[in-house]
Amino acid sequence: MLTTVYALLFYVAFVIFVGGIAYRIWEYKKTPVPLKIPTTPAPTTRVGVLWRMFKEVLFFESLWKSNKWIWIFAQLFHASLWLIIIRHLRYFLQPVPELIALAQPFGKYAGLTFVLGALGLLARRMFVARVRYISAPSDYLMLLLFLGIGISGLMMTFVTRTDVVGVKAFFLGLMTFNWQPLPNSPQLLLHLGLVALWMIIFPFSKLVHAPGVFFSPTRNAVDDPRERFYQSPVLPPIDQVPQE
Amino acid sequence: MSDLEKNAQGVTDELPQEAKEDPLYFNPEPKEGASAHIQSYKAAPEFQEPLGYPGELPPDWKERVLGKMEEMRGKVRSFRLFLDICVKCGACTDKCHYYMGTSDPKNMPVGRQDLLRSVYRRYFTLPGKWFPSLVGARELTEDVLEEWYTYYFQCSECRRCSVFCPYGIDTAEITMAAREILDSVGVGMKYTNEIIGKVFKVGNNLGLPKPALESTLEDLEEEIEEDTGVKVRIPLDEPADILLVTPSADFFAEPHIDGLIGYAKVFHATGAKWTLSSYASEAANFAMFIGSYENMRRIALRIRKAAIDLGVKRIIIGECGHAWRAAYQFLNTLAGPFDFLDPNYPVPQHICEYTWDAIQKGLLKFDKSQNDWIKLTYHDSCNVARASRMGDYPGGQFDIPRNIIKAVCNHYYEMPEGTTREETLCCGGGGGLLTDDLMELRKKGGSPRMKALKHVTEEYGVNKMAAICAICKTQFAKVMPDYGYAVDDIMSVHQLVSNAIILPGSMQEKELMGEDAENAVDAAE
Repeated sequence: MLTTVYALLFYVAFVIFVGGIAYRIWEYKKTPVPLKIPTTPAPTTRVGVLWRMFKEVLFFESLWKSNKWIWIFAQLFHASLWLIIIRHLRYFLQPVPELIALAQPFGKYAGLTFVLGALGLLARRMFVARVRYISAPSDYLMLLLFLGIGISGLMMTFVTRTDVVGVKAFFLGLMTFNWQPLPNSPQLLLHLGLVALWMIIFPFSKLVHAPGVFFSPTRNAVDDPRERFYQSPVLPPIDQVPQE
Repeated sequence: MSDLEKNAQGVTDELPQEAKEDPLYFNPEPKEGASAHIQSYKAAPEFQEPLGYPGELPPDWKERVLGKMEEMRGKVRSFRLFLDICVKCGACTDKCHYYMGTSDPKNMPVGRQDLLRSVYRRYFTLPGKWFPSLVGARELTEDVLEEWYTYYFQCSECRRCSVFCPYGIDTAEITMAAREILDSVGVGMKYTNEIIGKVFKVGNNLGLPKPALESTLEDLEEEIEEDTGVKVRIPLDEPADILLVTPSADFFAEPHIDGLIGYAKVFHATGAKWTLSSYASEAANFAMFIGSYENMRRIALRIRKAAIDLGVKRIIIGECGHAWRAAYQFLNTLAGPFDFLDPNYPVPQHICEYTWDAIQKGLLKFDKSQNDWIKLTYHDSCNVARASRMGDYPGGQFDIPRNIIKAVCNHYYEMPEGTTREETLCCGGGGGLLTDDLMELRKKGGSPRMKALKHVTEEYGVNKMAAICAICKTQFAKVMPDYGYAVDDIMSVHQLVSNAIILPGSMQEKELMGEDAENAVDAAE
């Protein structure tokens, strides 16, 4: 019964997650950019824009300029999240690639820094009056969701060990449509339930900042309006405009 | 004594310790509703209709607003994306000069965006439809519309927030969209919309018809001749190689007009064949401020027509911040391609690019000592800094004006880091807010820049500030006297050029040669 519920839950969550993100990307891609609006100084070449994006996405360059505390907590949070995701790939890959095996200990402790980062962001949200002012209940709940996922995961690593072999069998079973029983442990059920919830709300929430940032017209545009003519997709070409 | 007066007089006794250490300190705690009472005059129907907007709020305004939002989210990526992806991290919250000056949290960039985002969420997103209070979504009411009008006309679209946002969210885009939405239901701003109408009717923001322009330019030619002994032309509507399009404030406001004299002297000294146009006698494009692509294009097309009619080879833009954005980033898209112009020059060019090029080629001769009484600092205008470029590399827009200044002035000082270049602070009057009915906001919004200026005055004795923006110049002439400066302590960059330039055959040249001769005699003796 439990296995069936979680199996179905993860199928639904997966479809919403992947389908929803794909839909958002399609939506952002098809929405026209009427005028080129890079925030300058901006790179004058495509390669330059790739470099700007790389610094922005991986190192949060603009955030660094803005506020060192947010930057520290955000980096702790996101860098840890990457390591955690890499560590969790072992549940979906058989055999486990060597690189992912090597990353395991990093991923393990990243759980701690992940929670630390989320706590830091939560503290800012609660105690800095300006940030409190702009926070809706969903902004707090989002951080609580991450904390729930992080802490339940840490419990399984550092407090009561879970049957990880069973968990892996469950997920490989899901992927091959050959369902295997899900080990019954409260932390695991909580952990997986919250992860499924995270996947479901992802495309409908501010979490779309992850794919969205790549489409940001102030960041991804080449600063070359004098060198290359840009035809606005929303304005008729010049020869179809009535002259006054 | 009001907060403003305290600010103005630099009262520091109530401020905490950080304030005494940090010259740019402001109290970061939000005070709700602190600037809710500041609202600009709304446009009467006669100023709305020439721009294609309804004259007053129609009965079905709510459907129209939502319809407009639906249209924009399909047509403008920044609108849809920026409303979706903000994570409320708080990076922008202390970056807006209007927030620094008023402490009103709706003047925090994200606070301003949320005024629109909350409605967007309610009607266009699933969580907002299902759980509005959970995600901060709200109904669209007439009060909301009124609040939009108040706060979207407390933004100068300076893009400072977009520098600091990890996703590049630019509040200027949201402000422009909000103003366009408001205009579409007849809620327009008098100042911006009346001015746009004047451009359509007469050709410039000030409504100066050709005869008035002609006589002004003749007076200026006489003035230059009196000062220098050289007949420097300021041609209007003459066939030429270069069309100069400059903000109309350059024709009569101070210190703008001294900048215009500077351009004329530079063109004269380089032997250029240039002209102004009475049809396109305005570089400013206030339609940008209200986010109207159609009206922006109508204004931009006037430049194209003037260029064709006068048969010019190049277009050069005078000192103006948003005009340089409208020209640099948008002119090609709105009114191009300009394949009938000389391909050897970028279209358009900035007057500073032209002057710096001439300086590098050795075409201009200066007597820097003419500016020796000035201890100068330079204010980067926001649209030049964050929405344009000069020269052929990113950041040229910072270096080229400074290069010119250093070629004509001996005493130059930078304002504190974090207040210049891409992080420059707005003058407080940009984005269509340069109207007397917003004076309180303008003074509060200008206060961070004033603090930075005071800092270099105390440190180095700086007594003048230069800028290359018509709005900045007018705004500072109004705000600087509150901080102990004179009205004319704000200067045009080309005013400094004009002071120092030695025109061939001028009285200044003779004087200088006389001095040289005396020196030579002295040396010989």
